[in-house]
Amino acid sequence: MTADVSLGDQSPPELVQLLTPEGERVEHPDYDIDLSDEELKGLYRDLVLVRRVDLEAVALQRQGELGLWASLLGQEAAQVGSGRALTDADMAFPTYREHGVAWCRKVDPVQLLGMFRGVNHGGWDPVEHNFHLYTIVIGSQTLHAVGYAMGIQRDGAESAAIAYFGDGATSQGDVNEAFIWASVFNAPVVFFCQNNQWAISEPLEKQTRIPLYRRAAGFGFPGVRVDGNDVLACLAVTRKALADARSGQGPSMIEAFTYRMGAHTTSDDPTRYRVADELESWKLKDPIERVKAYLSKNGIADQAYFAEIDAEADELGRDLRRRCLAMPDPQPLAIFDHVYNEPHALLAEEREQFAAYLNSFEEGAR
Amino acid sequence: MRREFKLPDVGEGLTEAEIVRWHVKVGDTVKINQTIVEIETAKAVVELPSPFEGVVAELMGEEGRTMDVGVPIIAVDTDEPGEPALSAGGTAEAGQALAEDMVPSIPEPPAEEKRTPVLVGYGVMPSSSKRRPRKGGPAPALKSAPAPAPAPNAAPAQAPAPAPAVRQVPTSVAVLAKPPVRKLAKDLGVDLATVPGTGPHGSITRDDVHAVAETAAVPAEVTRAAAVPSGGEERVPVKGVRRATAQAMVASAFTAPHVTEFLQVDVTETMEAVKRLRTLPDFAGVKVSPLLLVAKAVLIAARRYPMVNSAWDEANQEIVVKHYVNLGIAAATPRGLIVPNVKNAHALPLPELAAALGGLVDTARSGRTQPAEMAGGTITITNVGVFGVDAGTPILNPGESAILAFGQIRDLPWVVDGQIVPRKVCTLALSFDHRIVDGELGSKMLRDVGAMLEDPLRMLAWS
Repeated sequence: MTADVSLGDQSPPELVQLLTPEGERVEHPDYDIDLSDEELKGLYRDLVLVRRVDLEAVALQRQGELGLWASLLGQEAAQVGSGRALTDADMAFPTYREHGVAWCRKVDPVQLLGMFRGVNHGGWDPVEHNFHLYTIVIGSQTLHAVGYAMGIQRDGAESAAIAYFGDGATSQGDVNEAFIWASVFNAPVVFFCQNNQWAISEPLEKQTRIPLYRRAAGFGFPGVRVDGNDVLACLAVTRKALADARSGQGPSMIEAFTYRMGAHTTSDDPTRYRVADELESWKLKDPIERVKAYLSKNGIADQAYFAEIDAEADELGRDLRRRCLAMPDPQPLAIFDHVYNEPHALLAEEREQFAAYLNSFEEGAR
Repeated sequence: MRREFKLPDVGEGLTEAEIVRWHVKVGDTVKINQTIVEIETAKAVVELPSPFEGVVAELMGEEGRTMDVGVPIIAVDTDEPGEPALSAGGTAEAGQALAEDMVPSIPEPPAEEKRTPVLVGYGVMPSSSKRRPRKGGPAPALKSAPAPAPAPNAAPAQAPAPAPAVRQVPTSVAVLAKPPVRKLAKDLGVDLATVPGTGPHGSITRDDVHAVAETAAVPAEVTRAAAVPSGGEERVPVKGVRRATAQAMVASAFTAPHVTEFLQVDVTETMEAVKRLRTLPDFAGVKVSPLLLVAKAVLIAARRYPMVNSAWDEANQEIVVKHYVNLGIAAATPRGLIVPNVKNAHALPLPELAAALGGLVDTARSGRTQPAEMAGGTITITNVGVFGVDAGTPILNPGESAILAFGQIRDLPWVVDGQIVPRKVCTLALSFDHRIVDGELGSKMLRDVGAMLEDPLRMLAWS
């Protein structure tokens, strides 16, 4: 008997791409997409507005108005492409960086700022938007997504769950457990990994010896690598994966190959661990520029349209700033409000004690 | 109306930042989110965008100054007619109040005020936490509150229980200190083994290091000329390697009259020696390069001719001859040219010198060289050979009197015993300060370094 020492697929990794960085439309045998001009223009608008929201939030943090912010700069296409693939009934489980997906789920951008300003623990109703609250813990939301997907399965519903996570999270136990559960229960879930090449300061080669999407094969479901800066390819690939999940074909993994153009968060300084050349080479693959090039080359949109979107973006930025600064401070006792769904004796007692404590100050609770 | 922008905490728990560079000046018009200043925190250099639109009225901190978080750094005259302060400024202040609430408060400032540890940075200064007045004297509410629930603020009130009689840690045991404290000690030139720790488990705190540094600084002042520079160095903020280089080079070129001499040397034997050193177990794990032997040759030459390892003291009209060598190595880094030095290189055995040189260059390349590592050099080597050139006329590192440029090593036809044979040849260029070093002395120094590289055995003979 000989030992099986096969290392699996050793061929060079394949990348699904439908729009090149130069804005040329290319064909792919397995994935195609046919969008109207209005839909294409809509994707461009999404990308620009999402980037603008992100820029404003970074500025607000630098001005002391937010405690922290995790920028999505460079990852707009991966988020908008996958976000626009979701139907209303699908449920998304984000990390803390999915501002673009939140936009597609119709979450008001100012609601994203609450947690980072320290005035709430997440400003939207997950049920209303089918978009879970941001998860700071790395990778745990993949388990939540699988559990939710198993619920969909038991309800016999026609929808799917999607779990967002990063390249670093693939090294987490939670994520590997989620893969196994999803696989053996054939759960209707899509694992959407945004491989932005850096887990804070840890490069991809410290996470894996094989392309991440090939890990899926070991767990028993399909994996595909898509150009994460190509919004069309991200949309096409995610649509297919979600459709497969909804029709009972089980989980799949998408590795959106992209790049974090900014810092990990506003507390990070990427110049300490990565070289400028790398950043420059990714600038040439910008997710927005290629769509803009495609739209103008094909006469789908003109300068007037781009100017209109820019103006809308600036107005969105101004509005976001104004409403961020106007967010009310929370009442201290509000921390007890959403701990349990049902009344809870111990918590009620603690709440009473804390109220008494606050009342011991001359100016009262504030 | 006049609006002030307070220095924000840009990195989760930072308490101060240094003003690195202003991008605007008084009278400039600024827009919202226009970059106004670069600041450097313990974590990063970041650009701050303006939260206001208007005309800059005042800059409150000059470049190089360290400011506390929450202190105004810039004032802008805006067009707003006063009232809008409610819409923006009012809430900004609310944010500030919130930020204060989020800072762990210290209920009773201990008699001796200390920084309170936080997740990131050097801790919160005592002055930054305020107590809100309580009704009817101290903590009446606590009495009425049910016993098992101490008020949330009570826990931190128990000042760190006086460390149970600081245990005397045997000196052979590694000292306990957090990495930032170790770095501080390094920057201040404090040997941690000499610092009594007052932190938990006898660990050394920042205050402990500062205490030792302050007491050490006094005698260092008196004996500065004679002492080996192991203490009393001043930490000078570096603002841009480029600017520092330019200033240093201009200062050097226009104060020290430079002379440069050249010597072409057959270094075949040196290359052989390098190969053989690499096979010795003493050099396992360290980088052995021709630079190592050049460094050793310079160290030996500096001992033979101490005047090349000296400094011109213009103020006192004296020549300061140094009986120690802090050997500078010019390194090209992504951030520009920097010249860190190996402290007390004259006293290092060869394997340790090799390790020190390797560490120096690696640190420099990764941009982590500390100012202290660049200060106090006495003589410098610049390895221009790595750029593929033969020689240059190096400019002295300010405060030093000699610098050796070491060119590329290549195969050249060379006459040995009347025969033309291919040999490994390189060019040395020595620049020196003619106020201190005359042509004769400079020539001797260069000739001896060349001789040692032609026949490394001479290093044994002369060391």
